[in-house]
Amino acid sequence: MTGSITEPRGVTRRLLQANAWFVYLFFYAPIVLLVIFSFSDSRNVGVWGGFTLDWYGDFAASEPTKDALWASLQIAAVSTVVAVVLGTMAALALERFTFRGKKVFDALLYLPIIIPDVTMAVMMLLFFAEASKLFGFTKGFSTITLSHIAFSISFVSVVVRARIAGTDQRLEEAAMDLYASRWQAFRHVTLPLIMPGILGGALLALTLSLDDVVITQFVTGPGWTTLPVLVFGLIRKGVTPLINAVSVVMLVASTGLVGLSLIAQRLRSDTS
Amino acid sequence: MRTGGDTGEDRTVDNSAVDIRGVTKRFGDVVAVDNIDLSIADGEFFAMLGPSGCGKTTTLRMIAGLEFPTEGSLRIFGTEVGTLPPNKRPVNTVFQNYALFPHMNVLDNVGFGLRMQGTGKADARRQAAELIELVQLTGMEQRKPSQLSGGQQQRVALARALVNRPKVLLLDEPLGALDLKLRQEMQTELKSLQRELGVSFVFVTHDQEEALTMSDRIAVMHDGELLQVGSAEELYERPVNRFVADFIGQTNLLDATVLDEDMIVLANGTRVMAPNPHPAGTKVAMSLRPEAIRLGPRGSVPAEHEATSLPGVVAAMTYLGHALVYRVNIDWLELEVRTETVGAQDRLQPGDEVTLWWDRTADWVVPDE
Ligand SMILES: Nc1ncnc2c1ncn2[C@@H]1O[C@H](COP(=O)(O)OP(=O)(O)O)[C@@H](O)[C@H]1O
Ligand SMILES: [Mg+2]
Repeated sequence: MTGSITEPRGVTRRLLQANAWFVYLFFYAPIVLLVIFSFSDSRNVGVWGGFTLDWYGDFAASEPTKDALWASLQIAAVSTVVAVVLGTMAALALERFTFRGKKVFDALLYLPIIIPDVTMAVMMLLFFAEASKLFGFTKGFSTITLSHIAFSISFVSVVVRARIAGTDQRLEEAAMDLYASRWQAFRHVTLPLIMPGILGGALLALTLSLDDVVITQFVTGPGWTTLPVLVFGLIRKGVTPLINAVSVVMLVASTGLVGLSLIAQRLRSDTS
Repeated sequence: MRTGGDTGEDRTVDNSAVDIRGVTKRFGDVVAVDNIDLSIADGEFFAMLGPSGCGKTTTLRMIAGLEFPTEGSLRIFGTEVGTLPPNKRPVNTVFQNYALFPHMNVLDNVGFGLRMQGTGKADARRQAAELIELVQLTGMEQRKPSQLSGGQQQRVALARALVNRPKVLLLDEPLGALDLKLRQEMQTELKSLQRELGVSFVFVTHDQEEALTMSDRIAVMHDGELLQVGSAEELYERPVNRFVADFIGQTNLLDATVLDEDMIVLANGTRVMAPNPHPAGTKVAMSLRPEAIRLGPRGSVPAEHEATSLPGVVAAMTYLGHALVYRVNIDWLELEVRTETVGAQDRLQPGDEVTLWWDRTADWVVPDE
């Protein structure tokens, strides 16, 4: 045994190992089942009826699912870009500058993380109801996207802030000593160094937007159904393996996103 | 006999590289730099010396433009730079912990300043490569700072600043993070580099030995104030006050009161001859360097040194090979005395009653502040 003094031994060690396995089982068994039954040639979820790709075929052929996927992607793309820009700016303001009311701004920025989804959804609904009296817009793409931006900003700025706090402010001074303007110092030194944080924040925003059900359902309008909202609606009519197939697609997409972001961060962290 | 004067910094030279007049810097209630006057000549190796927290870095940062003076005037080659941003000043800095850009390799770090000034990529790379060669890092161009040793990072920081051909190079404790051997090597290298380039170096350090070995002139700071500016010799032999006397080299400080222009009374009532410019009654300290004191058996003092002698008792003796160090008790104080090594039978032993004496020109009376 080469374990260090702080490494658990004997019974403790075995219990901890068992616990780890249990946790993994708990996490991944449903996922494995989901994937398996998405290939099951039986209308009954949970009854194996032989291998088939039909459900994926149905997914590809079904107009509502395709529309929902497309809606989800548009909303996620726009809300992520906006939330990343605003969230990064907020993070920079909070980490690098002092201004009046900073403490209040700081606290308010994190409110969306704490507030329950349903409360947030009701707030948004009310807000848009009042706002539409003034401006007369219809609910749909814009309201969903705005809501997603509203809750994503907080998450982005938490992630980016952590990264900014970890970078040395003196580097920017060094850049300015070397004839960089403020903007150049930011562009060539600070930005590349906090990029992993920005990428991480972007991924988080993307994921949050892609799988939000509660808030989206409250603020959506005619013709705008996102993929998770569609799935949620379908379930109420009865679970079919089509739902499994849709879920697997979403699972693969978000796992892929996480993987990409990790790779991106790895590339970047070599350099820092 | 010589005595303390002012800080020695009253000249205003038109062609001085850096000219600081009445500069004060406050951070809220903290006075980091307190009304200092300073002129640094073109091509001079100038050190700023003082204990941690005395305002050295703040002064350097004001020259760099990273901090703006609360009051006073700051000129670089005659141009008032007051609140000019750092990127508009012909000075570059080697930062205390180097502040190398971690996401860039050595070549891009060194070329950064040129790129920011609009030099083309190829040209910047060529010039950067030259400087990398100058600091003997050829072959390391593609490495990231994290893949370099402390000494190598230090050289990159130096090259990154010098590639811009600054008119003044600022160095903030650049050798502080290096081990002793490397430190001494770099001291020599920096000094010869400075001679070669003929650029003013403003070198901040808290290590008096480093300041003494490298610099043409040294400014001693304490608590935000500039106490004295002068050559190593001036500071060592003619310190303006107790703090400088104590800080530069090793010395014995004997508390005393001025009797008249020729005599002082030591703390135990002994009168010794020490011509001085201070009014009678002034509290002073007499500085006696360990190597300036002679000692012999009680009563062996030569007649001409009678007026500059003290009785004492040897407390300890240390053999250092080339020298002997005695600790000698004189009533209220233990003095350190350093003599050349003599044969074992001629050495004084602990408990021996002795007389200490010194040349009339060896002591130095400073105000006790
Ligand atoms: N940005 C700052 N804010 C507040 N106080 C500061 C700041 N920079 C320096 N000081 C204070 O000014 C004094 C001088 O600091 P500094 O110039 O860094 O000293 P040194 O470099 O000689 O160690 C210290 O008391 C320090 O605490
Ligand atoms: Mg300092």
